[in-house]
Amino acid sequence: MKGRLGGLLFLAAAATLPLWLRDPYFVAILTSTGIFIIAAISLNLLLGFTGQLNLGQAAFFGIGAYTSALLSLGFDVDIGLPSPVVVDPKPAWIAFLGAVIVSGLFGWLIGKLAFRVRGAYFVIVTISFAEVMRLVALNWVDLTEGPMALNNIPPLSVWWPGAGVTALVTKAQQYWLVLAVGVLCYFLVARMVRSRIGRALIALRENEPLARSVGVRVTHYLVVATVVSAAIAGAAGALYAHCVRIVDPDVFLFIYTVTMVIMVVAGGKGTLAGPVVGGLIFGLMPQALRGTAPPEVQWVIYGVGIILIVFFLPRGIVPGFADLARLGLPRARSRTARVAP
Amino acid sequence: MNEINRDAAADVALDVRDLAVHIGGLVALGGISFKVPFGAIVSLIGPNGAGKTTAFNVITGFMKATEGQVFFRGRDLARLTPQLIAALGLVRTFQRTSLFTACTVYENVLTALHLRGRTGLFGSLLRLPAMRREEAGLHTEAQGILDFIGLAGRAGELAGNLAYGEQRLLGLAIALGAKPTLLLLDEPAAGLNPSETEGFKQLIRRIRERGTTVLLVEHDMQMVMSISDEVLVLNQGRLIAAGSPAEVQRDPEVIRAYLGTKRAAA
Repeated sequence: MKGRLGGLLFLAAAATLPLWLRDPYFVAILTSTGIFIIAAISLNLLLGFTGQLNLGQAAFFGIGAYTSALLSLGFDVDIGLPSPVVVDPKPAWIAFLGAVIVSGLFGWLIGKLAFRVRGAYFVIVTISFAEVMRLVALNWVDLTEGPMALNNIPPLSVWWPGAGVTALVTKAQQYWLVLAVGVLCYFLVARMVRSRIGRALIALRENEPLARSVGVRVTHYLVVATVVSAAIAGAAGALYAHCVRIVDPDVFLFIYTVTMVIMVVAGGKGTLAGPVVGGLIFGLMPQALRGTAPPEVQWVIYGVGIILIVFFLPRGIVPGFADLARLGLPRARSRTARVAP
Repeated sequence: MNEINRDAAADVALDVRDLAVHIGGLVALGGISFKVPFGAIVSLIGPNGAGKTTAFNVITGFMKATEGQVFFRGRDLARLTPQLIAALGLVRTFQRTSLFTACTVYENVLTALHLRGRTGLFGSLLRLPAMRREEAGLHTEAQGILDFIGLAGRAGELAGNLAYGEQRLLGLAIALGAKPTLLLLDEPAAGLNPSETEGFKQLIRRIRERGTTVLLVEHDMQMVMSISDEVLVLNQGRLIAAGSPAEVQRDPEVIRAYLGTKRAAA
């Protein structure tokens, strides 16, 4: 109950933030942090709940960004067919959905291929996948403009009662858009992990032979989790494309995946709130330090922060503080009451 | 293949034929054959390294047989994965305690009920009424299993925090969650004190009364001899004796395998 109240307060504060914080620069930073939090939520589904470390999560993010950008800009590309493939510009929302679907399809493909191997091999396959995608984006200039980047990506627009169709161009509008998509993704993942599917995923993380012995189909559930994870990462990428409105091959960079991993691990992998907390801290910290410390010192502080969290809260901030709260309230430990359906 | 087994399938739960497992140059199982009738408690005993756990691993699909076949209710299990074999109703426990340690006792059992539900991705994302009903049913069932096993009072505890004996019980509860027709228990009493062993024995009897056939690997001879309908004795990958507990206890080869030959004993 207490957690739910805290969540509602957080949500209320987040939803009204642009009204009381009239600093467009800070709202913009929160927007890009929000996009990263969505990506971290997607990574957490794999890393936190199935225990599979996907170090190519930026690939799904980038695929989402490029798909949405290309569909909304339109493109023509010669792929050896008698006539070049021509796609007319689509409305941004169609492009957004297309990005989610295409990313999900790539998730399915990677899941099918990569889960034949597990552990270190899976990590290598996913890193390679992201790097291959970056090279494709860099070199397939006909389609992606390569290092020249895709520019002038149209913004998403919504229909609003009284205002008609509005393009989301101001910082506050984009912030609300990201917040809405983020909340949706959060609850999708929450529902998924609190269901029969989620229990199967956690069972695979905890004890794969035992999970198999009670009939959990390993590959099936890992692929399902990868598809959902990729689709959410794709949605984050598409948001990025329509908010920043320029996409270049750097979206596939390894450092973005590493940032997501840090957010998830610091916040608490395998918890729903973990990526949000970790994302807020590691999304805002560089900005907070920007004015006060020279760049070298910033990086040192950043690194020390990560080390401190890993050292003192090895399971992450959210489980760490949950433990503290539980120690303070011993009665909260007996959770037998929860058994009622 | 199915024709041969149709008549036999009526009263035979498990039919193992000439099962052999070679691991490198080692013969872990050298061609054993036995049958487990429906409703029976059959024990597989033998000295360490006799091949008991190997037999379990092959029967439940965790290892591949080099030769021979395993039929469960007349169906050939060759090339089936553990999860499919479990779905057919053949479920095992593990020799070393195997739990979902970071989850609560209740969540362990709920997870083990995986095969009892069918909610897919969209069902769980949309929280359809069918899914809610199914969840409610699973919760009732999980509570029922915990009551049956006697762990209901520990439902909210993390599985990793349970005492050893309780962990063994939870391992059994997890196996029961998959609704086995045939339950394979790998040394359930290992490391238990006498009163816990006695409790486990009663539990196995009650499981059989509920209609589940039991194949047991166990070292506790007192337990084996008192609850088994039939005892199979393995030694060095071969079946050296089979029969009622009384028959097996008199078998000279069994005595030799367990106590050594006269010369070795002297």
